[in-house]
Amino acid sequence: MARMKFLCDADRCIECNACVTACKNENDVPWGINRRRVVTINDGKPGERSVSMACMHCTDAPCAAVCPVDCFYTTADAVVLHNKDLCIGCGYCFYACPFGAPQYPKLSNFGSRGKMDKCTYCAGGPEADLSPAEFQKYGSNRLAEGKLPLCAEMCSTKALLAGDGEIIAQIYKERVVKRGYGSGAWGWQTAYRETIAI
Amino acid sequence: MSFGAHLRFLLSGLLLALALAVAAPAGAQQINPTANSVREQQFLDALKQNPSAELRGRISIPDTRAATLERPAGRDWRTFHQGTMVRIGAVAVLGMLVVLTAFYLFRGRIRIEAGPSGQTITRFNGFERFMHWLTAGCFIILALSGLNVTFGKALLLPLIGPQAFTNLSVAAKWSHNFLAWPFMLGVALMFLVWIKDNIPNLGDLRWFLAGGGLIGKGHAPPARRFNGGQKVVFWAVVLGGAALSVSGIYMLYPSFSGGVLDMQFWNVVHGIVSVLMIAVMLAHIYIGSIGMEGAFDAMGSGEVDLNWAKEHHALWVAEEIEKGRAPGATLQPAE
Repeated sequence: MARMKFLCDADRCIECNACVTACKNENDVPWGINRRRVVTINDGKPGERSVSMACMHCTDAPCAAVCPVDCFYTTADAVVLHNKDLCIGCGYCFYACPFGAPQYPKLSNFGSRGKMDKCTYCAGGPEADLSPAEFQKYGSNRLAEGKLPLCAEMCSTKALLAGDGEIIAQIYKERVVKRGYGSGAWGWQTAYRETIAI
Repeated sequence: MSFGAHLRFLLSGLLLALALAVAAPAGAQQINPTANSVREQQFLDALKQNPSAELRGRISIPDTRAATLERPAGRDWRTFHQGTMVRIGAVAVLGMLVVLTAFYLFRGRIRIEAGPSGQTITRFNGFERFMHWLTAGCFIILALSGLNVTFGKALLLPLIGPQAFTNLSVAAKWSHNFLAWPFMLGVALMFLVWIKDNIPNLGDLRWFLAGGGLIGKGHAPPARRFNGGQKVVFWAVVLGGAALSVSGIYMLYPSFSGGVLDMQFWNVVHGIVSVLMIAVMLAHIYIGSIGMEGAFDAMGSGEVDLNWAKEHHALWVAEEIEKGRAPGATLQPAE
């Protein structure tokens, strides 16, 4: 089985936010929730870089570790998913996540956050694959259709890569060697405890 | 400046310094567009000095919280919540239960030495008992629902299954959020009503040196309304309750706290203080029920046996007799 990962080549990202829009549209993500976002570091300064970030589907995911009701599970493709029927909206996954991935439909006071929502790697949830219930709760299940997440598929500069970690790392390495520079695989050290050696 | 603004300021300085440091060696030769771009490794290296730093940037969506690209501090909180918190909680709660069981086996029930007199004296009036049981009732549910967050998935989830456990945890979460308020009211009332009898003094020190009410026999230094041990419980409830209230309010109203890092901090405070308070309350419940004959009546009917009162609160009984509020006073008519 593949070990699915995301890799954002920050030297290619032009901050067009197409990944954000694609994600919202494909998964029918409600207003106020962003499963994916583009953050620009050193904005307006030399060396400015933009990174598209969502749930990184960590190895040994902190969200899953701290969840008091154990609603997270990892698929055979190493995608970290959760069960909204079990989620109690306590917010602990948001405390623990290094990438700010967990989102809540309501962030009102008194702990009424609603069920957590996050990037599913376009892999749906625990419901039957491609069922209406799955789409309604988690959005589309492109993995079940043999497709990769739409954010990466739609990326106009192919900055955002999704797929088996080995393969996207190889693609990135080739790029770096060919063009002679690369600012690294953002988030990999934190999410996967490894980086791409070039 | 808010906490977040502090961090942002810190980080922008940090990033600028990094950028300059990287830019320096990039010489002539070929143009390298990433010469002064920030790499994840630089950020992680910088974290070694400031483990609570976040990497923030600019974002074009309205949710400014999403501008944080990485916040590895979550890993530390996870380590705390899944490790330290579990250990402290287990040691505090189980440790106290072991100590109390051992004490019961060793010392047995503390009896009224002179036996019940049959006469009673009012120890706590209706209002005092009301505020005590208001706080106590809330505390028990708050404690159980709180322990559920840390220990439930290990102890309860395997027994009752995922859906039932979720339903229970949702109910526990809502009761925790709402019963927090009557609990805070109860703690505030007890503080106002009982503080005058709970100012520590030298007598308490002598009381402790004599072994207190548990180990010491003969109740060497007579106590007034509350003895040293009870004062410890009082201050544990007042100070612990205040710490739980403040940290709890920050977690109930996320908009009050600066951000996730503050929420993590308050969560740590709330967790540690609550398990320590549960341990203190277990001891309090023990000595107020099976641990000591006659003690429960104080909070039950409010009327305690006169001999019990004389053995544990001799000075208080004397004061009450002086005020004419004790049976001893009515029994000594000036014939």
